[in-house]
Amino acid sequence: MDASEEPLPPVIYTMENKPIVTCAGDQNLFTSVYPTLSQQLPREPMEWRRSYGRAPKMIHLESNFVQFKEELLPKEGNKALLTFPFLHIYWTECCDTEVYKATVKDDLTKWQNVLKAHSSVDWLIVIVENDAKKKNKTNILPRTSIVDKIRNDFCNKQSDRCVVLSDPLKDSSRTQESWNAFLTKLRTLLLMSFTKNLGKFEDDMRTLREKRTEPGWSFCEYFMVQEELAFVFEMLQQFEDALVQYDELDALFSQYVVNFGAGDGANWLTFFCQPVKSWNGLILRKPIDMEKRESIQRREATLLDLRSYLFSRQCTLLLFLQRPWEVAQRALELLHNCVQELKLLELKSLGYLCGLVSEKGPNSEDLNRTVDLLAGLGAERPETANTAQSPYKKLKEALSSVEAFEKHYLDLSHATIEMYTSIGRIRSAKFVGKDLAEFYMRKKAPQKAEIYLQGALKNYLAEGWALPITHTRKQLAECQKHLGQIENYLQTSSLLASDHHLTEEERKHFCQEILDFASQPSDSPGHKIVLPMHSFAQLRDLHFDPSNAVVHVGGVLCVEITMYSQMPVPVHVEQIVVNVHFSIEKNSYRKTAEWLTKHKTSNGIINFPPETAPFPVSQNSLPALELYEMFERSPSDNSLNTTGIICRNVHMLLRRQESSSSLEMPSGVALEEGAHVLRCSHVTLEPGANQITFRTQAKEPGTYTLRQLCASVGSVWFVLPHIYPIVQYDVYSQEPQLHVEPLADSLLAGIPQRVKFTVTTGHYTIKNGDSLQLSNAEAMLILCQAESRAVVYSNTRAPALGGESDMLGMAEPHRKHKDKQRTGRCMVTTDHKVSIDCPWSIYSTVIALTFSVPFRTTHSLLSSGTRKYVQVCVQNLSELDFQLSDSYLVDTGDSTDLQLVPLNTQSQQPIYSKQSVFFVWELKWTEEPPPSLHCRFSVGFSPASEEQLSISLKPYTYEFKVENFFTLYNVKAEIFPPSGMEYCRTGSLCSLEVLITRLSDLLEVDKDEALTESDEHFSTKLMYEVVDNSSNWAVCGKSCGVISMPVAARATHRVHMEVMPLFAGYLPLPDVRLFKYLPHHSAHSSQLDADSWIENDSLSVDKHGDDQPDSSSLKSRGSVHSACSSEHKGLPMPRLQALPAGQVFNSSSGTQVLVIPSQDDHVLEVSVT
Amino acid sequence: MAVCIAVIAKENYPLYIRSTPTENELKFHYMVHTSLDVVDEKISAMGKALVDQRELYLGLLYPTEDYKVYGYVTNSKVKFVMVVDSSNTALRDNEIRSMFRKLHNSYTDVMCNPFYNPGDRIQAFDNMVTSMMIQVC
Repeated sequence: MDASEEPLPPVIYTMENKPIVTCAGDQNLFTSVYPTLSQQLPREPMEWRRSYGRAPKMIHLESNFVQFKEELLPKEGNKALLTFPFLHIYWTECCDTEVYKATVKDDLTKWQNVLKAHSSVDWLIVIVENDAKKKNKTNILPRTSIVDKIRNDFCNKQSDRCVVLSDPLKDSSRTQESWNAFLTKLRTLLLMSFTKNLGKFEDDMRTLREKRTEPGWSFCEYFMVQEELAFVFEMLQQFEDALVQYDELDALFSQYVVNFGAGDGANWLTFFCQPVKSWNGLILRKPIDMEKRESIQRREATLLDLRSYLFSRQCTLLLFLQRPWEVAQRALELLHNCVQELKLLELKSLGYLCGLVSEKGPNSEDLNRTVDLLAGLGAERPETANTAQSPYKKLKEALSSVEAFEKHYLDLSHATIEMYTSIGRIRSAKFVGKDLAEFYMRKKAPQKAEIYLQGALKNYLAEGWALPITHTRKQLAECQKHLGQIENYLQTSSLLASDHHLTEEERKHFCQEILDFASQPSDSPGHKIVLPMHSFAQLRDLHFDPSNAVVHVGGVLCVEITMYSQMPVPVHVEQIVVNVHFSIEKNSYRKTAEWLTKHKTSNGIINFPPETAPFPVSQNSLPALELYEMFERSPSDNSLNTTGIICRNVHMLLRRQESSSSLEMPSGVALEEGAHVLRCSHVTLEPGANQITFRTQAKEPGTYTLRQLCASVGSVWFVLPHIYPIVQYDVYSQEPQLHVEPLADSLLAGIPQRVKFTVTTGHYTIKNGDSLQLSNAEAMLILCQAESRAVVYSNTRAPALGGESDMLGMAEPHRKHKDKQRTGRCMVTTDHKVSIDCPWSIYSTVIALTFSVPFRTTHSLLSSGTRKYVQVCVQNLSELDFQLSDSYLVDTGDSTDLQLVPLNTQSQQPIYSKQSVFFVWELKWTEEPPPSLHCRFSVGFSPASEEQLSISLKPYTYEFKVENFFTLYNVKAEIFPPSGMEYCRTGSLCSLEVLITRLSDLLEVDKDEALTESDEHFSTKLMYEVVDNSSNWAVCGKSCGVISMPVAARATHRVHMEVMPLFAGYLPLPDVRLFKYLPHHSAHSSQLDADSWIENDSLSVDKHGDDQPDSSSLKSRGSVHSACSSEHKGLPMPRLQALPAGQVFNSSSGTQVLVIPSQDDHVLEVSVT
Repeated sequence: MAVCIAVIAKENYPLYIRSTPTENELKFHYMVHTSLDVVDEKISAMGKALVDQRELYLGLLYPTEDYKVYGYVTNSKVKFVMVVDSSNTALRDNEIRSMFRKLHNSYTDVMCNPFYNPGDRIQAFDNMVTSMMIQVC
């Protein structure tokens, strides 16, 4: 056993049993080898193979060697295992055959017979050889012979039952070998014996257990048997197995008790059903409690005895197994089990209420019980009697005096709380704390109890456990009442009065407590006790009348609130006050409109969320973020200054998490005193919903925010510190406003249309005889209808009066410099200002009305030889259809001989929306035509849909100027097929003949730079150019040229050119263009900007002053004839000026020439135009 | 069978709690609340060891003289606590386990109800719980 190494106090090892091994034969010899043997045997572990499939184990064997006696051998039926000799060894030193034959053989035979008589088969014969002896005796037989003899005589088939141990006391390798062999043999045999005997024992034990249903079976008897097995295991250091034996016993016993409880009583159990007289403390100090064991053996043990004995044994083994924690765990189980089992066995339970925790101190009955209890504890154990701090003494002390009990109780409670807190079992700690508080309350120490109650309450509140909250609050209320914390008590009372987990009576009681306090005359008048509102009553909803919460100055505003009283009885409230915060805001009206759209409650009712849910602080019950966009505009020009996001409920989100539990503390509530209050006096709040109406007259304009709600009951004030969501009402003083807007989408110039005047009166009250005075611009007529009517609407939202009057406005359709001519199909608009004098203001209101001109007019000059026509195109841009009538075109110039002959036949003509109408006049003159012509077109128009209007409308006019309209040149082009051909052919050159004819003599328009005079004859320079844009023709050779044209009627210039048709078919002739060829002139150059001049200087070397530029340079410019001056970039080149369209008449335009394909063309391309 | 059945939200407030001897309701409330200490302890101990293959059943939380308190935690950290009479030895671990599984199924059904707001107290639980409470007793 390891005990030799471990210096443990021997007291623990009273069970120092070892397997017994008997020794027979030469005792002296054995005594000499014993020290080595006992030391060497446990040194090496041995594998023990077990029966019933149990796992093999390595064990260190030890033995208790005793001298062989016949009494040691167990008699038949003796089941004791502890005293069972597991092995019998015969020791001999004999090396002499004679001696052997004489004594040893007989002795051995005798020994063997005894063993056989007891049917013991576990034996071993050891022959010790000694070299010393061998040397002394020369006549000895070879040593093997003795061994062989013994083997022959005794070990028939088991030759291994005889072992030789040579020179055991020497220190040689041979000795060592021999020892090892011997020890191994010894161990093997021991184990074999164990296996065999234990197996037999276990079988017997099982048989006994099977008999447990028989009537005479005794648990105690069986207990002793199985414990024997446990002892053997313990002896073999197999604590685990030993523990299993006890656990089995434990389970068996528990099962019996349970069955007993279920009515299946076993006879033997009645032994345990005796009144408990003794409750000796459990002793774990001793490994085995022999007293209890004996009492079990005698069948005198009580249930507690048996339980505690079993438990003490289990604990001992657990401690051997170094698992002390299981001791504690099992201890708790044991205690619960015992209580349960005692109950099941209908025993009187261990009531230990000795009146030590009662308020009055122990009474006589309690004292008797205490004495009983102390007696039951029995005498103190002698081993602990001398120590001062023994548990026995402590318990005795605690039970004997109230003070000592208190001290111990507090010690234990504090230790428990501390322990729980440190291992993180906060809830358990609070629960113990509450127990402690109850104790303090009983001990009349409420000041000590309070902290524990508060702590526990906070914990329950934080986790939302309604019933514990109520219970703890009730205790706290009592505590606070004792402590005289009036505010706290009242608050707790109000919370309790509103608590639905309490009975109606209890709630009424707490409500009455508040009312009693409120009604008693306060010693210091004006002293208020401020309590939070939510436990007293809750604000459910709020409703404004008018429902948009906007009133004008002087108006009456009603605020109707629904308060849900939490009190169980009707409470008379002296006054209910709403504190209102006032702020002046500039754009209050606009803000209100915005507010209204955001808080679009259909009926103007604002609902308040129920304030205190039973689980207030769980993270997910935090209110959602309420974010709003914020735009701040500069007051002057309404431009955006800043923008951002505002969280409206910051105060809800950023408050401290504990603050909800501090609602218990009234300190958090501050009473706000404001100048603006809504008040309602003498209200009785019935339990449940109550309607309270506040009435106020709006005074100053601005925004009023409802902040606090207070209800006063005597000197007690219930305060709702913040009304959330924010409730506001606005008072405004609005200036009257006038809006003028057309009834249609837009106003059209020239026709009568209706315009709506809207007057929003605001604070102004319209009196009888008030009028609006309109001063209009001349161009706009105001047409008053016979029945001028005004409708007055009373707006329900705002008490504003809207007046509306119809008026006919008409803008004169004129086109002056004011008009903004825009390209595209947009209508030209004209603004007309109307100034209106209103009765409420000394200033005139100027309103601009925008009129659109419904038409767009263009004109063009058409020529036919020398005959001239003016075409006017009127385009209707509006959505309306019009009727046009009386179109005129007059010459506003002073030329008298000019005649405009209308070619239009109809006097009335409809013009539909988005359509155009054309008018044509022929120009006729008798003398020399004027260089320019000023015309005015006018046409009457009226909306096609309208019936005859009462008033005459002004016609639409359009003025324009036509210049240089007289035809100066006639250009005629002709293409002739090549000579000898009938038709032009593709690919063959044809001749183009251009004939330019001057039609008039010198006119005023001819007097320009190009004109040259020589000998009374005038000539001008023209440039012609042949361009074929449709690529039908290839112009061969020079396509342009400058000609000098005599300025005289019928002067003709003829030009020949070669062209080649590229396609076959009827081809239009190429264009012939005519330009005025202006020489380079300094006056012209001066128009160039300074930059060009610098450029010009640097390039002056290249200047070539010839008036006949080569054709190529002209050709390059041919396509940009009109903008030539900007093209030249300062080079002193001649300029080209396009002749006005009216001055050139192309008499061959529109003519076509037949071109036939050339014969050798494989592919015939025909272009038909 | 069970004397008290409680469903406790992740934030440790009771979603549902019911006990059979109604006169002692408060005691059970305290008992269940205190048991949360052990539940927390077990969850945190488990969190370290087995995150994936977590066993929902927490086993016996703690025994008292008269009762045994068992715990179970769903994956969403909703706790089920069941108090069983200690004298009822017929209830083995397996029975408790299956009762919890039944409770879990019912809880899932409640969560599936579109009219139930997660986090609210559970109303429609009584039938099942009553059956579990009466079953054997």
